[in-house]
Amino acid sequence: MTTYRDAIRESIRDALTRDDRVFLMGEDVGRYGGAFAVSLGLLEEFGESRIRDTPLSEAGFVGAGIGAALGGMRPIVEIMTVNFSLLALDQILNSAASILHMSGGQFNVPLVIRMTTGAGRQLAAQHSHSLECFYAHIPGLRVLAPATLADARGMLWTALEDPDPVVIFEHGTLYNLEGELPSDAGVVDIHSAAVRRPGTDVTLITYGGSLPTCLSAAEALAAEGISAEVIDLRVLRPMDDETVYESVCRTHRAIAVDEGWRSVGLTAEMAARVSENCFYDLDAPIGRVATVEVPIPYAKHLEQAALPGCQRIVDAARQAVGVHG
Amino acid sequence: MGDFRMPSLGADMSEGTLLEWHVHPGDAVHRGDIIATVDTSKSAIDIEVFEDGQVEELLVAPGATVAVGTPIARISDGGLHRDVRAPEAQSPLAPSPEAQSPAAEAPKVTAPAVESPAAEKVVVGRPHASPLARRRAAELGIDLGYVQPARRDGVIGVGDVDARAAEIAAAASTATVTVPPAPAERPTREPRQAPKRDEAAMRQAIASLMARSKREIPHYYCQQAVDLHLALAWLQAENSRRPVAERILPAALLLKAAARAARSVPEINGFCVDGSFTASARVHLGVAVSLRGGGLIAPALLDADDLPLAELMTRMKDLVTRARGGRLKASEMSDATVTVTNLGEQGVESVLGVIYPPQVAVIGFGRIAERPWAVDGMLTVRPVVTVTLAADHRVSDGHRGGQALAAIEAALQAPENL
Amino acid sequence: MNPDQAQAVLRDALRDIAPDADLAVLDPEEDMRTAFDLDSVDFLSLVEAIATRTGVEIPESDYRTVRSLRGMVDHLAARSPG
Repeated sequence: MTTYRDAIRESIRDALTRDDRVFLMGEDVGRYGGAFAVSLGLLEEFGESRIRDTPLSEAGFVGAGIGAALGGMRPIVEIMTVNFSLLALDQILNSAASILHMSGGQFNVPLVIRMTTGAGRQLAAQHSHSLECFYAHIPGLRVLAPATLADARGMLWTALEDPDPVVIFEHGTLYNLEGELPSDAGVVDIHSAAVRRPGTDVTLITYGGSLPTCLSAAEALAAEGISAEVIDLRVLRPMDDETVYESVCRTHRAIAVDEGWRSVGLTAEMAARVSENCFYDLDAPIGRVATVEVPIPYAKHLEQAALPGCQRIVDAARQAVGVHG
Repeated sequence: MGDFRMPSLGADMSEGTLLEWHVHPGDAVHRGDIIATVDTSKSAIDIEVFEDGQVEELLVAPGATVAVGTPIARISDGGLHRDVRAPEAQSPLAPSPEAQSPAAEAPKVTAPAVESPAAEKVVVGRPHASPLARRRAAELGIDLGYVQPARRDGVIGVGDVDARAAEIAAAASTATVTVPPAPAERPTREPRQAPKRDEAAMRQAIASLMARSKREIPHYYCQQAVDLHLALAWLQAENSRRPVAERILPAALLLKAAARAARSVPEINGFCVDGSFTASARVHLGVAVSLRGGGLIAPALLDADDLPLAELMTRMKDLVTRARGGRLKASEMSDATVTVTNLGEQGVESVLGVIYPPQVAVIGFGRIAERPWAVDGMLTVRPVVTVTLAADHRVSDGHRGGQALAAIEAALQAPENL
Repeated sequence: MNPDQAQAVLRDALRDIAPDADLAVLDPEEDMRTAFDLDSVDFLSLVEAIATRTGVEIPESDYRTVRSLRGMVDHLAARSPG
């Protein structure tokens, strides 16, 4: 058995071993072993020059990462949570994502930024939001959301090989996800979506921390005779539309599920794309299940009530199929 | 092969009405087989299939009108059946069609889309229906007002449309066929009736095409009188040796001469699309056929320039008969590269035609009549026909047009070579 | 073949070619090609249909006389066996 956390650590170890231009930088990644213990033990193994603790200054160390990437290194920058990444948004949007374009193609920024996202651990509003859509909005970035052990293990190296900046979102509730990972598990692509469960009546489109919830919902729906297909987007920018369209044109019904807020978020993007391209194959309005539009509450029952839980997904699917009209 | 779509059978066709299927699910089909008859408002056209395969499912019921490009049947690659997926996962709408085992699902034939008398309107006005349900209803010719929604919110889903189709099928005497009969056991089909023609629709189609022609194509015209005494004398001698069924009409000679001219002057034989002309290497001669009771249709005599005269005559007779009976093939409707109008049959002295877009020329023959004719300084009487050419000035000039007419004249002076 | 039989053959032969043609209202001297709007293919089909039914092959040189109802009936009555 291995965990999502171990799989990511293993992917970092692998990258550090394969390429001496790779180094890890961020708050508490060294002596403390990472805020979520992802990099535990790596400082001892690789030394201070490659596992670098930084001051509490996101704009500073993300900027340093951009500079290192421009200078020929392959930095992995860890930001503790997506909420804190807003301090570095200027660096990410105005520098990392724009330099290739503004230099007329002369300079690319081979930078990988990892950050934790999502709620569910009673860390309250300032540590729990899902702001992936902020980054999925930006041309010049590739945005990944590993939701399985295989993706946690395999996406980092492919991202490091990308000549342009890649942002990887790790959902906080996934770190303890356990499962079997083959010892030879290797790199995976970072362009396609994946069908995680085949089905015929409705397509649940999701990613990241909502994938396990959607799989549970599909299981519950199966007990009622509703066959739900579950698609893991894996890549939030650029989205793999074909996999989604192929599925929806078969099931004729779609539910978009995201832990971000509903308004102007990723569910809106998914629904718009499906309606633009599959309109005449739709047999029901596209459903959306997202987080209630409040700052994520601290209290456990309120936090759970705000999130897109299994029951809400089941209800949306039933409505699409017409069982509970 | 996958979806077989409603073909475009001419520049003026935007939709077609499926009149009849000639195949059943499970039937093997071969390139060139006629699988359906479609009404295009100008004529009933027999639709050929272009690849070998097996009919999986008929998606459109007779009587339904669908847009050009709409899938009307699913045809699998011949014999390559793979059981890729459970049959219930199959859908005619999947972008990547996969063959299904013929045994896995009983093929279904949808009955004509008639409303069963017992049905009552469920909704007055525009019913709420999903986009897919609306599309399926249009394909099957089903009135959504008669469809009972199963959903609690009252919105019609595709399943409701399918249920209604099944209900109609059960009500009609041509009930759902679950197993296609072996070809030998299939009951003999009723002799095919000429389908009823919608004359108003045909008039509208002609109006729109001819208005487009006059709006877009700068026509120029030339004409020439041609002495036919050699041609008719040769024909008379030829016909005196032939039984009635093999006699050749002067019209066949004129068509052959026109086809030869089209081959020698490529600027009048081809298509002009978006201002750019492409000459055709083959000559498919559109033959304007007037229809009893009004209307006009110009199906193509394929490769007319290569046909021996007797063969051309046989084909022409067949084409005229089928055009008037409303039984043309798709390729005959869409492939003409230049058209001939033969109004002289009805007595006019000459006819200056209107070009069928996207073609670039129309050749007209007037009545063959005896006229005074000067030969070597002497006046004599000869059978004469006035040949005209209307051609597209974007593609050719009058000089080239004149050469085409000269080529027709020359051909008619050596009928034995036609 | 008497004139009534000849007319019956003609009516039958015309049915497929010009279903709307009505011999009863036709002037016996009128050119049938004009009256019934027959083109040369139609007329040849008529001659063929008559040949099939009666065995009489009307030569092209006689077309001029068989264009009218009376000419056709006379021609058939004179040439058909029996």
